[in-house]
Amino acid sequence: MTHSHLTGLLDTDAIRKDFPVLSRVLHDGKPLVYLDNAATSQKPRQVLDALNAYYERHNANVHRGVHVLAEEATALYEGARDKVAAFVNAPSRNEVIFTKNASESLNLVANMLGWADEPYRVDADSEIVITEMEHHSNIVPWQLLAQRTGAKLKWFGLTDEGRLDLSNIDELITEKTKIVSVTLVSNLLGTVNPVETIVRKAQSVGALVAIDASQAAPHAVLDVQALEADFVAFTGHKMLAPTGIGVLWGRQELLEDLPPFLGGGEMIETVTMGSSTYAPAPHKFEAGTPPIAQAVGLGAAIDYLSAIGMDKVAAHEHAITAYAIERLAEVPDLRIIGPRTAVDRGAAISFTLGDIHPHDVGQVLDEQGIAVRVGHHCARPVCLRYGIPATTRASFYLYSTPGEVDALIDGLHHVRNFFG
Amino acid sequence: MKLDSMYQEIILDHYRNPHGKGLRDGDAEVHHVNPTCGDEITLRVKLDGAVVADVSYESQGCSISQASASVLNDLVVGKTVGEAQQVQEAFLELMQSKGQSEGDEEILEDAVAFAGVSKYPARVKCALLGWMAWKDATAKALAGRPSITD
Ligand SMILES: Cc1ncc(COP(=O)(O)O)c(C=O)c1O
Ligand SMILES: [Zn+2]
Repeated sequence: MTHSHLTGLLDTDAIRKDFPVLSRVLHDGKPLVYLDNAATSQKPRQVLDALNAYYERHNANVHRGVHVLAEEATALYEGARDKVAAFVNAPSRNEVIFTKNASESLNLVANMLGWADEPYRVDADSEIVITEMEHHSNIVPWQLLAQRTGAKLKWFGLTDEGRLDLSNIDELITEKTKIVSVTLVSNLLGTVNPVETIVRKAQSVGALVAIDASQAAPHAVLDVQALEADFVAFTGHKMLAPTGIGVLWGRQELLEDLPPFLGGGEMIETVTMGSSTYAPAPHKFEAGTPPIAQAVGLGAAIDYLSAIGMDKVAAHEHAITAYAIERLAEVPDLRIIGPRTAVDRGAAISFTLGDIHPHDVGQVLDEQGIAVRVGHHCARPVCLRYGIPATTRASFYLYSTPGEVDALIDGLHHVRNFFG
Repeated sequence: MKLDSMYQEIILDHYRNPHGKGLRDGDAEVHHVNPTCGDEITLRVKLDGAVVADVSYESQGCSISQASASVLNDLVVGKTVGEAQQVQEAFLELMQSKGQSEGDEEILEDAVAFAGVSKYPARVKCALLGWMAWKDATAKALAGRPSITD
């Protein structure tokens, strides 16, 4: 296969040298073809080095103690917050809350609103709006909130092409709506959603908007001011950082008004036996010893991504995704679940292959060293919507190559022969 | 190739031509899912005194889960509940053997073909899905409880 027609590709030969795991060879001589990036990304040496350096030279608890290590650890942890703030173009570093992952970030928003005073309080008269393409992490916290408060949960549906159906937006988002929570990029369909339209509608009725940017932050420029949302959640491990670190960005005025969720050390101002007062945001929302090394790792990941440039990362993935869509069309009986063009589309491609179950597809691909994800991808309502039990999903990142797409296509032909 | 140890010809045959598939009359019905890959089975057990008169099922899932439900049907229908439970226990033991057991062909017949699957932790649940559903449905049928779908 020649790839000379592809434009916008990064120098993956150089980039791949930074990722030790990508040189692994599996099953007697098959080079690893890692196409499970929507589940989690691999980590570059720069991030691993930052973790090691932190533990080898600076390890201490943060925000307490006056000794050198405590000051260094605090500076590194808070420095990571500065990096995140710059990465998402936050107006203030105090709007960046560290959590353990996107799930915790979204649960935090739901709990803030459940315990809030008016006008933010979600109660029995309120409505919550989400979409049918959400990850379970952006479904279940809202189901819990609805169950506990008596609020009504409403859903945007999906079109046959795998896009959000906005035709009934005026019925869904009303004066009763307190919060709309929607994913920027679907982890199963790959769809990039027109969140501007939803934000504008929500603003017109005074509802808050939370955006799940878990599949967006790793892959393209993320500008929370341009999004005009109230909350933006994402997770570090999908963007080259270690597991155990997530982010919730929230608008400053809101973070000042909304109540804390978890209580503990770090989040207080003073504590008496009668009551406590809370530290200002973001610390109000970071109870207990935070994931310090993980935050430092996230900072290093952001440095790595920023040095390449998120616009260049996006262009690379766009080229790879377009090429993959083109080549997947060659595989008989293959049906893409989600947009069939690379327009407004992320780098995760789900598909079915005739009546061969994804579990079997994934197993036979694995034997060839190709790692894909199979199942419902924590987005079961999407599978139900399209009448399929599960999909196989290939997802790309900045180190993915056209050669890996070719390997996937060869692998899929092999799968068909195996079960044919 | 390692893969052939999982996808034995017998397994692929059962997958392509499942035995006893379809829902028929039963004394108890259960619905089990394998959340890791979305395999699902609705299974009914019909008892005739102490004998397993029928195991009928509607299922959706990977080749391993489909083939194993088919083999289950072959192995337990016509046996007494006690005998069938012994087969079920032998199959469970085989699947938990992490590739260390070949299975007792006297008891397990075609089901020994699943020995290779026990090396793949992610697939053991697929192989056990129908068997666990059968165990559950049989317990319900024996308890004489009305059929419950969960
Ligand atoms: C769209 C989306 N939202 C939320 C999550 C949850 O991320 P985490 O498991 O890190 O909390 C994921 C990850 O699978 C995702 O893809
Ligand atoms: Zn399965």
